[in-house]
Amino acid sequence: MTGGQAPAIRRAGEHGLLVETGELAISHRLDALLRAERPPGVVEIVPGPATVLVVAPGVDLARLRARLSDLARTAGEAPPARPSGTDTVVIPVVYDGADLPGVAELTGLSVRDVIARHTGTELVAGWLGFAPGFAYLTGLDPELHVPRLATPRTSVPAGAVAIAGPYSAVYPSASPGGWRLIGHTTLRTWDVRADPPSILRPGTRVRFQAAGP
Amino acid sequence: MIDVLAPGPYATIQDLGRPGYAHLGVPRSGAADERALTLANRLVGNPEGHAGIELTFGGARLRFADPAWIAVTGAPCPLYLAGRVAEMYAPVWVPAGAELVVGAPAAGLRTYLAVRGGVEVEAVLGSRSHDSLSGLGPPPLRPGDRLPVGVAGDRPITVDAVPGPAFPAAPVLGVLPGPREDWFTEEALRAFYGTPYEITPESNRVGVRLRGAALHRAREGEIPSEGMVTGAVQVPPDGRPIVFLPDHPPTGGYPVIGVLTSRALAVIAQLRPGDQVRFRPGGPGAR
Repeated sequence: MTGGQAPAIRRAGEHGLLVETGELAISHRLDALLRAERPPGVVEIVPGPATVLVVAPGVDLARLRARLSDLARTAGEAPPARPSGTDTVVIPVVYDGADLPGVAELTGLSVRDVIARHTGTELVAGWLGFAPGFAYLTGLDPELHVPRLATPRTSVPAGAVAIAGPYSAVYPSASPGGWRLIGHTTLRTWDVRADPPSILRPGTRVRFQAAGP
Repeated sequence: MIDVLAPGPYATIQDLGRPGYAHLGVPRSGAADERALTLANRLVGNPEGHAGIELTFGGARLRFADPAWIAVTGAPCPLYLAGRVAEMYAPVWVPAGAELVVGAPAAGLRTYLAVRGGVEVEAVLGSRSHDSLSGLGPPPLRPGDRLPVGVAGDRPITVDAVPGPAFPAAPVLGVLPGPREDWFTEEALRAFYGTPYEITPESNRVGVRLRGAALHRAREGEIPSEGMVTGAVQVPPDGRPIVFLPDHPPTGGYPVIGVLTSRALAVIAQLRPGDQVRFRPGGPGAR
């Protein structure tokens, strides 16, 4: 979608509309606009790489569709250089992951360079999925794009810092996982007793920082 | 307190789930047959969203330490309270120390038990539902579990009994097309809306996995991950459709050919492995 055009909005069942944004940054802007406005009856706003799903049981979907169309058009227009009020979350990482030497080998970089590239760019939480609090962090240095493990681990501990494909992530809780582990953080990114429970949300800016063991 | 003597094949605590956290990767969860849980709650004068017990294939034995009003709805099972036959779809008075025995359902899959005051285990993110995908909420019931019961509200019990719904043998379920119908061939759409599908044993609270005509795509590639709704019929590359139930992942990368209506969703949540189902486009729900 380019700025000013009306976006495609698809029906997703009795209570849902799926807005085609075409790109992640527009999904994030539409998500922010919707969370600020909270149209009546909206219970879920789920941004994805090219869409935003809006779920609103029991509301007049024709009216909601018209409002979404307006908001999506606004979201598609040229954004400010950087949205104000968005702080960067700094995640301290001890780079001791079991796959760190393997990643260095795959990328042809030294371990030191892998760390430098992982800490050297600002990433953005694209969307969450796979597990509660599991954020797909976008903007990873292209030199660090490596395939997932051929055989996933049956258990990855909470706090493991990993990369796979164009993404990085922090495992929010212990789970099976096929991403390559490069380190760990003591920062708790997911806590069901906190409000909100995840410090990483769609659009959150993230920077990794090397920490001593 | 309710003492779980035997939970049956699979039993969990369920309320209406955790809406509002899908963007953080949290499934909504909640009762698979929402209609049955809310009815059970109304029968004992609870707010509709109180937590109850969702039994799968019945088969439970529970002892009530304290006197209680209960109601059992959903898949019809024989009920015995302190050795006597008790009614489903009705408020039932349980004296202190009485044991409730739930038999196997004659039809349907999931049976709901509500207790006046609600099951009051610890809530996580505003819900007492066990989420089988993420593990949030109380774990599935085990023998020896003790379930606290909340304080009853002021709402009186006003109904003596209600008729239970029918459990048709081979239901026809209403589907709203899309959002990704355009990913499928004409032939796939004809097959989906024209041929029967069978519920497979791999089905669970995440999704109902169907066996039948494979649904082929009209185009190559994958869609980027996008938000999913309960009732979505997602089609992986093998062409075998999966109908998402409440513990489904909040985002997914396979195209959704259509979404079941809420009425159809309550029906499919009660189908067992081996049951057959047909789909039809549009429409208000199951016939």
